[in-house]
Amino acid sequence: MMKTEQEKENILIMSGNYAAAWGAKCSNVNVISAYPITPQTTVVEKLSDFVDNKELDAKYIRVESEHSVMAALVGSSMTGARSFSATSGQGLLYMAEMLHWVSSSRLPIVTTIASRGIAPPWNIWADYTDILSIRDCGWIIQFASTHQEIFDSILMAYKIAENPEVSLPYFVVYSGFSQSHTSKPVSIPEQQRINKFLPILPEDGWGHLNLNPDKPVTFGNLVMPEQEYLDFRFMIHDSMVKSKKNIHDTINLFNQSFGRDYGGLVEKYMCDDAEVILISYGGLAEQSKDAVDKLRDQGNKVGLFKLRYIRPFPNEELIELFNSGIKVIGVVDQGTAFGNPTGGPISTEVMSLLNHTKNRIDVLPCIWGIGGRNVSVDDQIGLFEKLLYIKNNNEYPTDETCQHGTVWMGLKTGI
Amino acid sequence: MITTKELLKIESVKPELFLAGSSSCAGCPSVLALRWALKALGKKTVVVSPACCANVYIGLWPKASPAVPYINMAFAAGASAAAGVVAGYESLGKKDINVLTWAGDGGTVDIGIQALSGAIERNTNFIYACYDNEGYMNTGTQRSSSTPKYTVTTTTPTGKHMHKKDISQIVAAHDIPYVATCLATDPVDVYNTFMEAKAIHGPKFIHILTPCAPGWRFDVANSIDMGAMAVKSGFFILWKQVNGRLEIKKKSLRYMDKQKRIPVGDYLKGQGRFSKLTKEQIDDMQNWVDKRCEKISARAEYEANL
Ligand SMILES: Cc1ncc(C[n+]2csc(CCOP(=O)(O)OP(=O)(O)O)c2C)c(N)n1
Repeated sequence: MMKTEQEKENILIMSGNYAAAWGAKCSNVNVISAYPITPQTTVVEKLSDFVDNKELDAKYIRVESEHSVMAALVGSSMTGARSFSATSGQGLLYMAEMLHWVSSSRLPIVTTIASRGIAPPWNIWADYTDILSIRDCGWIIQFASTHQEIFDSILMAYKIAENPEVSLPYFVVYSGFSQSHTSKPVSIPEQQRINKFLPILPEDGWGHLNLNPDKPVTFGNLVMPEQEYLDFRFMIHDSMVKSKKNIHDTINLFNQSFGRDYGGLVEKYMCDDAEVILISYGGLAEQSKDAVDKLRDQGNKVGLFKLRYIRPFPNEELIELFNSGIKVIGVVDQGTAFGNPTGGPISTEVMSLLNHTKNRIDVLPCIWGIGGRNVSVDDQIGLFEKLLYIKNNNEYPTDETCQHGTVWMGLKTGI
Repeated sequence: MITTKELLKIESVKPELFLAGSSSCAGCPSVLALRWALKALGKKTVVVSPACCANVYIGLWPKASPAVPYINMAFAAGASAAAGVVAGYESLGKKDINVLTWAGDGGTVDIGIQALSGAIERNTNFIYACYDNEGYMNTGTQRSSSTPKYTVTTTTPTGKHMHKKDISQIVAAHDIPYVATCLATDPVDVYNTFMEAKAIHGPKFIHILTPCAPGWRFDVANSIDMGAMAVKSGFFILWKQVNGRLEIKKKSLRYMDKQKRIPVGDYLKGQGRFSKLTKEQIDDMQNWVDKRCEKISARAEYEANL
């Protein structure tokens, strides 16, 4: 497609982390607070460059811990300042108390996560257990599986989060190292066009967020059980569920404005006539497309159903899939939920929706890529073959990587 | 420095920024101190208050006593959230708003000390006030590291084993532009201290000794005397350090002379939390007080001559 002079974009080769820093810069954030942690560190460093070299007019609060990061952003966001952070693994867990503070204060803070394994033992490689273990704290959670998507998602994230009907914080998540530290081209639209899509803050900040001495309000004082505490909680869930419409609208507008083709809460790849479908998320889901292509070449009707969002959860899209006549589904988690029904958080959640269909569907949960363990296209094909085996033989595989009903891909048995 | 008589004539202190009807214990000196702190700071003030009695005594939702924007905050986050408010206003070009952290001793000396130290090191332009009632009173009188030695609390049922942490000296060691101690039971002192702090750019720290009748176990009618005795015994020393120079406040100065001090036992004895103190323990406390008074006097003298 030919672009007009005005629509030209600047294509730069950059790491996933730099794409996050660029996303914050181009969103004209007012306040940044962050604390270094591998593999997020170069986001923090790049943003320091931007701010100290006056390429970005923002206050950068270089605090002494991640708890202070999120506390500082609660403060800044409440003055109406557009506020940004980035973290990973231990840092995200260290923030946990304040993550709830942000969502319960209904603050549109955007934070990027370069996901890594949780210690001990120390592990710094791709693993979404960090974000998955805080998935219920009232933040929108979106996975970005390309560098371009990391950058673009931040612009969309502010637009969605700051919508008064949504007023919820937003995580853009990508995987440590495999995305954070690899370099790819990212196309940066002209700032004026970005500002049109995502206006710079009005001078007084967003009205509904202001700490304003002329209109003094007390926030967060004790609410008794028979007062509205329960109702406030419901409103958070309600806004999260209803944000789906806003998410769709924003993605559509973004696609139109910048010539992209992002899906909605999910992205379907070769699903239409598929008999066997893999449900997956994050960076490895992008790679699943290669596995699908190869299997399709051999005549297998397989497809990929990629979750772009897990909060809000794409209930409707999944139920539609269940009712489409599909026979066998695999659900992969790149993260753990010890002792839950499948050992994987998202496979459990996907399966919780099965009662919305009358169809009998076989589901094989899988856990892969833990702590950065390599998952090749062949490994992915291997998983699809297990799903095809279920379809053809009407029984579940029993090799030793199948433990407690879940495939732990690459499990070293007998150690 | 303004006297009581002068103070009552000033128009700007007449409006109440902490409204009547709060849900504090009767006669709570922390409320008194906050009320007078706000009179000094004025209506262009935002308060950030980490978990402490204040989170309760400001009023139960939907009622609230503060007539300024007020954020209830997580226990460890008094200083960090305030730093965010400051940065937010700075990023939006708003310069005339005071940001005050109002925290208890637990939120300051224990769980919040890291964030406090960080905010000071970053030269955050705010006032951090710690009202020190020497224990976790919100949760029912547990020990904090600001609880004095030998105090009986619900987590030190046979008495605490170590002395109170000297938070203001810890803060002073940060090269902070302004640190001062004052008494919650002396509103004029509170007012003057906050007026002084307000005029200074950068981090300011104010340590406010706050007698707590239910927590210390004495008759609430004696609160004012209790504060005065803490100073007269030399147990609590009123001082300030402005731009690196330490100075003992006038109200404490005469009690730096051991002859003029009342025995610390007289101060402790009036409090149920010390009712089981032995003679040796009182002597130990007297020794602690005498040494601190000596040390701070020597320092003030040395710094006066710099
Ligand atoms: C992270 C966390 N831990 C524990 C608590 C429980 N808590 C609330 S207030 C408080 C004690 C506060 O003590 P202090 O700061 O001295 O203030 P005071 O109650 O004496 O006014 C505690 C332990 C909490 N709210 N948050």
